[in-house]
Amino acid sequence: MIKIVKRDQPSRAIFFFTPVLAIFLTLVAGGLIFFILGFKPFEALKFFFIVPIADKYGFSELLLKATPLCLIAIGLSFCFKSNNWNIGAEGQLTFGAIVSGGVALLFYEQEGFYILPIVILAGAIGGMLYASIPAILKTYFNTNEILVSLMLVYVSKLILDYLVVGPWSNPEGFNFPETRQFSDSAKLPLLFEGLRIHAGIFLALAAVVISWFVFYKTYLGFQMKVSGFSLKTARYAGYKGKKMIILVFLISGACAGLAGVGEITGPIGQLHREISPDYGFTAIIVAFLGRLHPVGIIFASLVVAITYLGAETAQIFMQIPKYTGQVFQGMILFFLLASDYLLFFKIKFIGSKK
Amino acid sequence: MIIDINFIGLIIASIMASAVPLILASCGELITERSGVLNLGVEGMMIIGAISGFALMTVTGSLIIAVFGAMLAGVLISTIFAFLTQTLITNHVATGLALTIFGIGISAMIGKNFVGIPGKEFPVLFEGLKDTIPLLGSILFGHSIVFYFAFALPFITSYFLKKTKIGLIVRAVGDSPESASNQGINVKFVRYACILYGGAMSGLAGAYLSMIYTPQWIENMTGGRGWIALALVVFSTWNPIKILIGAMIFGGLTIIQFHMQAIGVRIPVQFLTALPYIVTIIVLVVISRDSRKIRLSTPSSLGKSFHKDN
Repeated sequence: MIKIVKRDQPSRAIFFFTPVLAIFLTLVAGGLIFFILGFKPFEALKFFFIVPIADKYGFSELLLKATPLCLIAIGLSFCFKSNNWNIGAEGQLTFGAIVSGGVALLFYEQEGFYILPIVILAGAIGGMLYASIPAILKTYFNTNEILVSLMLVYVSKLILDYLVVGPWSNPEGFNFPETRQFSDSAKLPLLFEGLRIHAGIFLALAAVVISWFVFYKTYLGFQMKVSGFSLKTARYAGYKGKKMIILVFLISGACAGLAGVGEITGPIGQLHREISPDYGFTAIIVAFLGRLHPVGIIFASLVVAITYLGAETAQIFMQIPKYTGQVFQGMILFFLLASDYLLFFKIKFIGSKK
Repeated sequence: MIIDINFIGLIIASIMASAVPLILASCGELITERSGVLNLGVEGMMIIGAISGFALMTVTGSLIIAVFGAMLAGVLISTIFAFLTQTLITNHVATGLALTIFGIGISAMIGKNFVGIPGKEFPVLFEGLKDTIPLLGSILFGHSIVFYFAFALPFITSYFLKKTKIGLIVRAVGDSPESASNQGINVKFVRYACILYGGAMSGLAGAYLSMIYTPQWIENMTGGRGWIALALVVFSTWNPIKILIGAMIFGGLTIIQFHMQAIGVRIPVQFLTALPYIVTIIVLVVISRDSRKIRLSTPSSLGKSFHKDN
């Protein structure tokens, strides 16, 4: 017989074990889906998860994709920890990219060491500005931040589309929807010859370190944790709720904006229509999979980044539709949420004879 | 410029047509939310409905199978959500997001083989009556059965919630699951049912898009309508009749945008396309500003898990 018993306390060991379990279950379910689609499950999984990162180039691509995911997820963890549902990071990324791209275009064909820092800062400010909209509406007008931040994603993509087709389009670009190439001083330097991985990865690592410090070593981190646990308790303790809501939104907006900077000033070096394959949405999954813990998020961003690469590889070698990546991402989150059940409940197997 | 009276009728009819998927999905989600469950997966359930309807229509050739199949697909996918949030007590927001991401992925995966296939003509009712009454004739007649169902749904929903016993139970579960449970109502069962019903309506909304409104399969063709439907529920302050008004406003914005482009208004296309999203935000702000009113009309247990300790 199986009996389900409530735990007295959520299990801490299980807390860090369930993400691994979720990944495992996703692989099993993924294999099953491949089987239903008529592929050999193990071969498909190999093309999906191993082949893409088997060489130096693949590994660099993995880091390239993990960088924005990690950066955004770190920002989101500030929001999620304090019970603020910012799901519009994709919009904040896009708007950050627009602002930093605009600044980079101002320095067209100019060189100078001061250009890159200004461009990066512009991206962070752009992301913060855009994230401040749902934050201010939430704090002062009681408006649902989930819906506002999401609606703004659509708006930001349309603004970007307008700019690259219209006023910012490259005058010598034969009407392609893209801007001029940024000058070299406005681009993040590549780290290795022949690989696309760029200095943006240091932004992500810096975010990891800073967030760890804030979460675990500052009063602010403590306040966030308390408000996430119980808003009532936070109110009794006299924490300034409104200020904190705005602050966490600004932090996550800045991170998303920086991810946007990385996308346009890294390998691409210009603004164009599709700067992000939904990194902003996928990063929500990364944040949860990483348990809103800075180190966990590093691992989670690497795991989820593989789904992007795997989808591309599987499409080329096995004609598996590339959307399988998204299916995997959705499944990871499903399984993760489901296995959280084990945090609060124990499953006991009771033998019939004693 | 001569304005033809029938042309005005046609514009109104097209506004109503674009309101249909919003009404369907919103009314479904309204019932789900009234039972205390916040399902953010509307967009995902809708797109699953859209591809299921279109694929079944292409494969079986039967419109009836396709429409009901799309609703069933909505039910099936919402079962995942129901199982997670009700049985495994997961967070509603995160689970709903996962449902949307998963739904978009799965739909694109299935839909790969259906891109570029032309749709079928969906039969319309009362076509012959169109010319009998000026203006009203072209507004009221010559639409699909789903269209008429959608415009009846808010009234049915309102009657259901206010006047029937089951409606009362749904509201009780949403407003106070503890007391409902003490009265011997199976809270989880009611919530399961409401979630699956919401899934069916979102599925139908998707099928309307891919089979009737623009009869073809385009990847991501719901284009945020699921999210607007969610916003409409807040806009309506959980009153089904107001969903009708909201859906007409958003339908109007979509249609006016097309006509403004057609008559050559010098506003960039992108700004017109962004209009429904921006207006949604503005409307949400105006509605939510009065926090007392929102608190009074929101189902008290919305988004909170309920677990009865044995």
